[in-house]
Amino acid sequence: MNLLDFARGPALKVAIAVFCLGVTWRIAAFALLRIRFDLNRPRASVFKFLAGGLLTVGSRSWPHREFIGRTAAGEALGYSYHLGLFALVLLFTPHILFLGSLFGVTWPGLPSSLITVISALTLTLFLAVLFRRVTNPVMRMLSNFDDYFSWFITMLVMVTGIAATAHFGAPYETLLGVHILSVDALLIWFPFGKLMHAFYIFPSRALNGALLARKGATS
Amino acid sequence: MSANHEELTVGESLRRAGISRRGFIKFCTATASVMALPPWMGAAMAEQLRHAPRPSVLYLSFQECTGCFESLTRSFAPTIESLIFNVISLDYDDTLMAAAGDAAETALATAMKDNFGKYVLVIDGSVPTGAGGAYCTAGGRSAVDILREAAQGAAAIVCVGTCSSFGGIPFADPNPTGAWPVTALVEDKPIINVSGCPPIPEVITGTLLQFVSTGQVPDLDEHRRPKAFFGNTIHDRCYRRPFYDEGKFAKSFDDEGARNGWCLYELGCKGPTTHNACATIKWNGGTSFPIESGHGCLGCSEPGFWDKGSFYAAQSSAEWGKAGTPSPRRALELGGAAVAAGAVLGVASAGVSRLRQHRSEQDAADHNQKEG
Repeated sequence: MNLLDFARGPALKVAIAVFCLGVTWRIAAFALLRIRFDLNRPRASVFKFLAGGLLTVGSRSWPHREFIGRTAAGEALGYSYHLGLFALVLLFTPHILFLGSLFGVTWPGLPSSLITVISALTLTLFLAVLFRRVTNPVMRMLSNFDDYFSWFITMLVMVTGIAATAHFGAPYETLLGVHILSVDALLIWFPFGKLMHAFYIFPSRALNGALLARKGATS
Repeated sequence: MSANHEELTVGESLRRAGISRRGFIKFCTATASVMALPPWMGAAMAEQLRHAPRPSVLYLSFQECTGCFESLTRSFAPTIESLIFNVISLDYDDTLMAAAGDAAETALATAMKDNFGKYVLVIDGSVPTGAGGAYCTAGGRSAVDILREAAQGAAAIVCVGTCSSFGGIPFADPNPTGAWPVTALVEDKPIINVSGCPPIPEVITGTLLQFVSTGQVPDLDEHRRPKAFFGNTIHDRCYRRPFYDEGKFAKSFDDEGARNGWCLYELGCKGPTTHNACATIKWNGGTSFPIESGHGCLGCSEPGFWDKGSFYAAQSSAEWGKAGTPSPRRALELGGAAVAAGAVLGVASAGVSRLRQHRSEQDAADHNQKEG
């Protein structure tokens, strides 16, 4: 068994199993935690309570007017590289074929040359994100191993993917094997690090918004 | 089949055949260019060959379909007849030789004895070891015994075809005959693998010619294949590569994309992971190669190609096979089992957490009661 067969065979299966197990474990564990019973009389109807949750998902996904001068650049950076990542994962034909072979559904992809441009832009944005994190004193103080490792492993997947597509530095199957191994590592790390925000971010915003709405506050 | 090859040099043999020195140098230059050797190698090769005695070559066929030999007979540069009449002395080949039975076996024994340590051994086919080697015998002896005896006196072994190089189809799961490639059975000789199912004829003759002209094993890759022919992937040299780069893929063998000659990646082409010279040397004297004929590469020159899933599953999904087939279903089942296990763990974690929370609240209440 060569590196490529190992990476997309047993290693990928183990990685997917760990990913599924870890994600379900963490979601179930958080969802079933007891929320302290609020003895105060609700300040809003059930409808407003639910609407508050949904509205908060939207309002917190956009810079607040008061802070827009300070946060807009960071948020633009964040949105840009997330969109780049989505395009790379979901619109590159080999990725579509892989997902299609698993779920039976495919969709049109982008030309490889466009994907290369998006890869280069996303890579640059990723470096900018790291630069911002290490140069901004507050961000630096808030950051720990989890932040840097999550950044590193996502970057690794992108770099190996670009190398495989460009046939850069080694035979294609070796590069593809290394790329898929890096994806395996990302899938294993995903549930246990801050990458898990992909699953938590919207439910947590909704819950915060709903609880605040119950108290009659807007967020 | 020459009997007096030791007395006759290649140059003498060519002179008798009426081939001029100039013609011979042109032939060597063409061969060197096919092998992607530097231009000066053509003249050096000609000079070396002219003075060299024609080397003895023994061609042994084991568990194979003769497709590789059929391919060899279609070599254009050099042609098989120019090779065996002018450059080498083919002393044993049970497909070509007129002799049979004891006469053929005697020819093999004599050639091995007379050229001990100097002959080139060409092996075609995998070597079955199951049932004491009974699946493939010649002259009452098993293939594995013949191979081990012939290998002792060989200067080098050239494995022609994927079967002798990597086991090929006989070696594929469940390998009922206990077949092995030559490299698994012979360890103390230089071995050159010329893989392919079949290999490109010019790659076979070119490799043989390079070895007999230089006496050196050519630069080999990690699978012992000559880098001159196996250094690049089909994908690297494919004329459809620009369509891959543009993201233009044929979705079926008869759609608009296929008619426009777009990339066959989605139809399972194994070009990106297959090292061979099909896209450059091509077949039938450079006429075309499978991708040019509208079919994806099968990856036949790579180890284990028969066991790597469907020929029609795209590279990126080859491990899983097509959606709905047992392999991806098993992957989804594995994912489902992991989700169930994760849910159980999550419920247990939340339970433990609630228990701690409850105890903490009770402790706080007890404390308050005492304080009160």
